[in-house]
Amino acid sequence: MADITAQLVEQVNTARTEGKSLNIVGRGSKAFYGRHADGRHARGEAIAVAAHQGIVSYQPQELVLTARAGTSLAEINAVLQEQGQMLSFEPPGFGADASIGGTLACNQSGPSRPWRGSVRDMVLGLRLINGNGEQLRFGGQVMKNVAGYDVSRLQAGAMGCLGIITEVSIKVMPRPAASLSLVSECDSAQRGIEIINRLSCRSLPLTGACWLQGKLYLRFAGAAAAVESAATGICRDYPGTSSLPADNRFWSQLREQQLEFFSGDSPLWRFSVGSSLSHLLPGADWLIDWGGAQRWLRSADHSLQSLNELVPAGRGEVCGFRHGDRSGEVFPPMAAPLQALHQRLKAAFDPARLFNPGRMYAWL
Amino acid sequence: MHTDGSSSTTSPTGAPGRAELAAIFSEFIDPAFVIADPETQRPYECDGLSMYCQQPLLVVLPETAAQVQRVLHICHQRHIPVVARGAGTGLSAGAMPHPDGVLLSLARLNRILEIDPEARTARLQPGVRNLSISEAAAPFGLYYAPDPSSQIACTIAGNVAENSGGVHCLKYGLTVHNVLGVELLTVAGESIRLGGEALDSAGFDLLALVNGSEGLLGVVTEITVKLLPAPAQARLVMAAFDTVQAAGNAVGAVIAQGIIPAGLEMMDRHAIVAAEAFCQAGYPTDANALLLCELDGSAEEVAEYALLVEQIFQQQGATSVRVSRDEAERALLWKGRKSAFPAVGRISPDYYCMDGTIPRGQLAYVLEEMEKMSQSYGLRVANVFHAGDGNLHPLILFDASVPGEFTRTEQFGAEILALCVKVGGCITGEHGVGVEKIRQMAVQFSDLELAQFHAIKAAFDPAGTLNPGKGVPLLKHCQEYRALGHGTEPNDRPTGNSAVRHR
Repeated sequence: MADITAQLVEQVNTARTEGKSLNIVGRGSKAFYGRHADGRHARGEAIAVAAHQGIVSYQPQELVLTARAGTSLAEINAVLQEQGQMLSFEPPGFGADASIGGTLACNQSGPSRPWRGSVRDMVLGLRLINGNGEQLRFGGQVMKNVAGYDVSRLQAGAMGCLGIITEVSIKVMPRPAASLSLVSECDSAQRGIEIINRLSCRSLPLTGACWLQGKLYLRFAGAAAAVESAATGICRDYPGTSSLPADNRFWSQLREQQLEFFSGDSPLWRFSVGSSLSHLLPGADWLIDWGGAQRWLRSADHSLQSLNELVPAGRGEVCGFRHGDRSGEVFPPMAAPLQALHQRLKAAFDPARLFNPGRMYAWL
Repeated sequence: MHTDGSSSTTSPTGAPGRAELAAIFSEFIDPAFVIADPETQRPYECDGLSMYCQQPLLVVLPETAAQVQRVLHICHQRHIPVVARGAGTGLSAGAMPHPDGVLLSLARLNRILEIDPEARTARLQPGVRNLSISEAAAPFGLYYAPDPSSQIACTIAGNVAENSGGVHCLKYGLTVHNVLGVELLTVAGESIRLGGEALDSAGFDLLALVNGSEGLLGVVTEITVKLLPAPAQARLVMAAFDTVQAAGNAVGAVIAQGIIPAGLEMMDRHAIVAAEAFCQAGYPTDANALLLCELDGSAEEVAEYALLVEQIFQQQGATSVRVSRDEAERALLWKGRKSAFPAVGRISPDYYCMDGTIPRGQLAYVLEEMEKMSQSYGLRVANVFHAGDGNLHPLILFDASVPGEFTRTEQFGAEILALCVKVGGCITGEHGVGVEKIRQMAVQFSDLELAQFHAIKAAFDPAGTLNPGKGVPLLKHCQEYRALGHGTEPNDRPTGNSAVRHR
């Protein structure tokens, strides 16, 4: 438990005075993410948030936990588990141990995301140090709060470009009473996508749906009777379905990107698309998660641009998640007015462009 | 508070007068929908908070997004303020017109563009009514979850502007959780697409920023929302308690059991009595607090949890518990709660609805303090409460025809909001700041935080012509407000290196 806010503010003020930029580091689990260009390694001085850690308050009956940004997910998960609660968005720790601040900054959520929301959905409030070294607090610890702009959710996926998150208040949820996973033979990815979307139209306690290498994996969680009844129905409708052992590690390995699919250093592309979008590039190496809404491709044969051109307008986009060339852009291009708006908003929080320059886009 | 628009010919900025501007708009909008005369403008002079009235320079009702774009473009060039409006059901005067500005009604852009049952999305024009989305999705077994109590009339664009909630948001979230994408026109009339069909997109989450931004950042011309499968079953458990404290504990006990109800509402005795007199739902009028707990999902889940909740309420000392047996009974039990506002309207000439949010554990304390204030102001107050998520709606009863009574009511309201902030809550859970709560922003936020809001606004709207005077107060007004003794020191407030502390 340590509060190093004053030290962080001083580092920000010093950097601003000396005209240096800062590379915000939480627990370092997502160092691979974003661009690896200019600001990050060449010019950015590391500013470490990991020591700013500790759970500040936790009220199980209010469903709210507040922690300093450097607090590890492992610590938070352990505390929640004692009270029968959880982070419903199943954030990945990427093998090591992620911080809650970095999880929010990179907007990382696990397999349950389509049904139980993302870290962005669950954040209630935060404290932030902006580029002027000012300590600000937005949102709060209550479920509903529409006073002022939603600066808390704005940090989700902003990759630290708008300031240093120092504290996060987050909505937590009860752990489900029962959970059951099924696996079904399903040769075609397209058929897998169709089945998942059809199931998602029904009132089922679905919390995971993934297609990988000829198999469809489903997870149900909730009241015991509801889980049991859903599983029985699926086994009846889809012969050849069987349940995975209760101690299976499929979902945690999927979340942590530890499945065989994720090994090696071939570029890993992330497609964030409408769940029912038809399967793209049949025959390529795919993993389909989030009920069809998040799709992973391993390929060294494509560029960011060529993959983004595959996705019909309005139906989603592609980013280079890991490996491959990270000196150019790794996130999809933006229309000029949207890009200009990003630059103005960046300037509104960080006029001297101190924080993570070039980490998300070369121009940001 | 009522003022007639008086800037009909000239304006200090050299902008065109009313007649000239009306002529310009009439070139591309049906002149019947370019309204310049005060009498026809009358319905647009306020939103649901009718204490705040103002006639605009002009009212326009375009029919297409291209027309909206052109209106914005023209106003931008001439520095004319623009206030966008949906159905005008808002409760914070967020859609109150500007005397020198254009009131831009989106009500005629009311088409449902597409329902995609497989992707479970709906693509909507801004003026589509909230309830009509669920009606259109029903044949596919789908619905749109956020259900503000004005859902029969309110529009989806208004919901986006206010980040509207409803009685089911504890389980299904607010508007921000259910909107996937928008087409946004900037103040200059530039079109920007945010989000779409996917669950997230690269870059800053501007979609989160736009939800709840009260029309200060842009005008939405198209919205894509998520649809959910209609639950197989829903059941309501109603329980009466002798004390608010006991009811509050019962809410905590349900959550502690690991149950997230679809809705969890509380009413105090004033609200119970008024609602029962209004619609005879069978509420126990001798109770001091009433809980309505709705459970939905698969038949098995609902049966399991309804039994559990009934037992919890009994263990927590409920004086009576009733579980709905069929849809008719469930609808009847909800009817009392849903008509609580008009019911209270019958026992008082006027009422003023507040919208603070508090940590649930503070409920009994806050209600007790409010009762003391009620006595000192000599004004009655009834409470309905989204107990699951801590959103309190105190209804202050007053008579606007008694000189000074509305002013006292506003003071009472301001004191309630300050109390909400003091116990760790906020000044508005779902109704927005608008004009109504703009002074109380100084209680919840420091000057540095408000300055950050202004910087965000300037990034979208440098000249400040979109919905001016709403949402975020000018810093000098905050200092004046705090100097009058309204400042409350919230718990554990941070200080920046040049922070202005509240007194």
